[in-house]
Amino acid sequence: MSRATTKTIRVDTLARVEGEGALYVKLKGDQVQDVKLKIYEPPRFFEAFLRGRHFSEIPDLVARICGICPIAYQMSGVHAIERALGIEIDPAVRQLRRLFYCGEWIESHALHVYMLHAPDFLGYPDAIALARDHQAIVQQGLRLKKAGNRIVSLMGGREIHPVSAAVGGFYKVPSKSALREIEGDLRAALDIALAAARWVSGFEFPDFEQDYEFVSLSHPEEYPFNEGRIVSNRGLDIDATAYEENFTEQHVPHSNALHSLLRGKDSYMVGPLARFNLNFDKLPEVARQAARDCGLQAPCRNPFRSIVVRCIELVFACHEALRVIREYEPPPAARVPASARVSTGQAATEAPRGLLYHRYELDANGLITAAKIVPPTSQNQKRIEEDLWHFVGQIAAKPADEITWKCEQAVRNYDPCISCATHFLRLHVERE
Amino acid sequence: MSSKIKRKPRIGVFKFASCDGCQLSLLDAEDELLSVAGAVEIAYFPEASRAMIKGPYEIGLVEGSITTHHDAQRIQEVRQQCKTLITIGACATAGGIQALRNWKDVDEFIRVVYATPKYIETLKLSTPIAEHVQVDFELRGCPINKHQLIELIAATLAGRKPNIPAYSVCMECKRKGNVCIAVAQGVPCLGPVTHAGCGALCPSYDRGCYGCYGPMESPNTESLSSQLRILGQDNMAIMRAFRGFNAWAWQFRKAGEESERA
Repeated sequence: MSRATTKTIRVDTLARVEGEGALYVKLKGDQVQDVKLKIYEPPRFFEAFLRGRHFSEIPDLVARICGICPIAYQMSGVHAIERALGIEIDPAVRQLRRLFYCGEWIESHALHVYMLHAPDFLGYPDAIALARDHQAIVQQGLRLKKAGNRIVSLMGGREIHPVSAAVGGFYKVPSKSALREIEGDLRAALDIALAAARWVSGFEFPDFEQDYEFVSLSHPEEYPFNEGRIVSNRGLDIDATAYEENFTEQHVPHSNALHSLLRGKDSYMVGPLARFNLNFDKLPEVARQAARDCGLQAPCRNPFRSIVVRCIELVFACHEALRVIREYEPPPAARVPASARVSTGQAATEAPRGLLYHRYELDANGLITAAKIVPPTSQNQKRIEEDLWHFVGQIAAKPADEITWKCEQAVRNYDPCISCATHFLRLHVERE
Repeated sequence: MSSKIKRKPRIGVFKFASCDGCQLSLLDAEDELLSVAGAVEIAYFPEASRAMIKGPYEIGLVEGSITTHHDAQRIQEVRQQCKTLITIGACATAGGIQALRNWKDVDEFIRVVYATPKYIETLKLSTPIAEHVQVDFELRGCPINKHQLIELIAATLAGRKPNIPAYSVCMECKRKGNVCIAVAQGVPCLGPVTHAGCGALCPSYDRGCYGCYGPMESPNTESLSSQLRILGQDNMAIMRAFRGFNAWAWQFRKAGEESERA
């Protein structure tokens, strides 16, 4: 890797790729001339203003990068700080963090499956229009989403920017009886997730496959959330501490988000499809069976089928949440104490949209001196553009409004973010 | 109702610099969403729909702060389109966490974050919507409380005053029967100066309030700063406490700057 590339590592991606974007496609006849995914979400400079803040503030501050997946930011944040400070969390806290993450995955995936992605397959502009014809299905989706939100609000006080996550554990942990109260909701949610998988597997999927490099965490025993090595289907196998040696970022003029590259050149995919393909054998039998019933096999290389994979992950997350609740014994203390020292810590966890990397450098007073955050959408951004290059070629003969909608759908395959995914009305198809 | 020709009131949801969490609150109101959608026409809500219906709108919900020239112009257009303009959340009402740049050199921030600074266009300050246009109601919180949002929409449509109290988080703690963690455990807490609305969440989760609903009506920040000093907080820690999600709200701005100078 060149010096110049190494320099871009210092560049902050700011995580704020979620939000406002546009798409630019240029065709010459049926030939694709240019594809640009433009992210014009105004930068918010998180990595810059985190400098000088205390490490204990990290979970509250970084949550605000994304209102849709605040727990992901909190989890990567606390794990990175804990690694910097050499903190070992209690095994019960580790289980609770899995449960917390299940809540976010359920809430986020249900939102995407029912409200953002399914309407594309069925020809509706949104879930409210979908609900006019299929009210029962949308209501089921809302119920599933609510079950995820219930985990989050029980454990963290509220669905968005929950307040309980802390370096070393939680400020407060739930009682056994409080967790048991949500078991009924989760059992119902598991049934809904299984039905959702059957429902979406009947959709019509464009015949489109790509030879992706999939990247996700991998853990010897578990479907990954908070721990594991970063692996790929092409032999990558590293600890989070080696992330920045293997992944670099490129600043392109048309975007306020940075493009991530593997080995200085390659695009790659993170998210549900990558996790599923690399960790299929770690799924519980109920999820593997649901996948088989949907005709879904790992590796799945059709990004449009990610909606089915999200449903399989919904089955997994409901099942996993029930397991944690069943086996839960509260930890002796909600959190272990943390004391400051000069240190650096890196961690990656699996946000609903894929791998989320954080690095912090701390001084002797526990103040942040440098921060780096690489969100999943920035990692997928180049891959999204490459999908579009190939996909637009397949559909270039169709009318412009149909190309537009199909391109939007192809972007939404990545669930780049709730608003990002639906701001594509500004798509331009230019023909020469 | 549906047989009436009269069209349903239109709502538009507009995003500026933000995390999307406050507008997500509308989608998180799982029990109310479909009935809200039945009572109003959600005409412009890019986070949820690719169908965009042009204004004017009876109600405009504005999320996010103003951080670019383009957005400073866009908010003027949004104001013209909306009969009632409501800001939702700390970014829109106080400039948000991104207002921490307001005390720093934004060009240095750009250089720290981006390899090619010339690609980035941003203002020196992150400012609330009310610094740019007249705002009819400011709903606080980082994020807002979804029940307050539903109440506010219902009240606006009915032409009545919304039931959204402006007292402090302390009142909510007392109502809940929480033992005061500042008094009993010596935990630093911004509850006495922070606007109610969250339901005293942080003290209920064994930690001090971190002020995400912004300043209450006439907060006594000086008295709180002295209390925090008694609890062992140094001036820089007190500055950080006020310099959070509502750092640019003038009462917190003043309190933070006083601690910084002290």
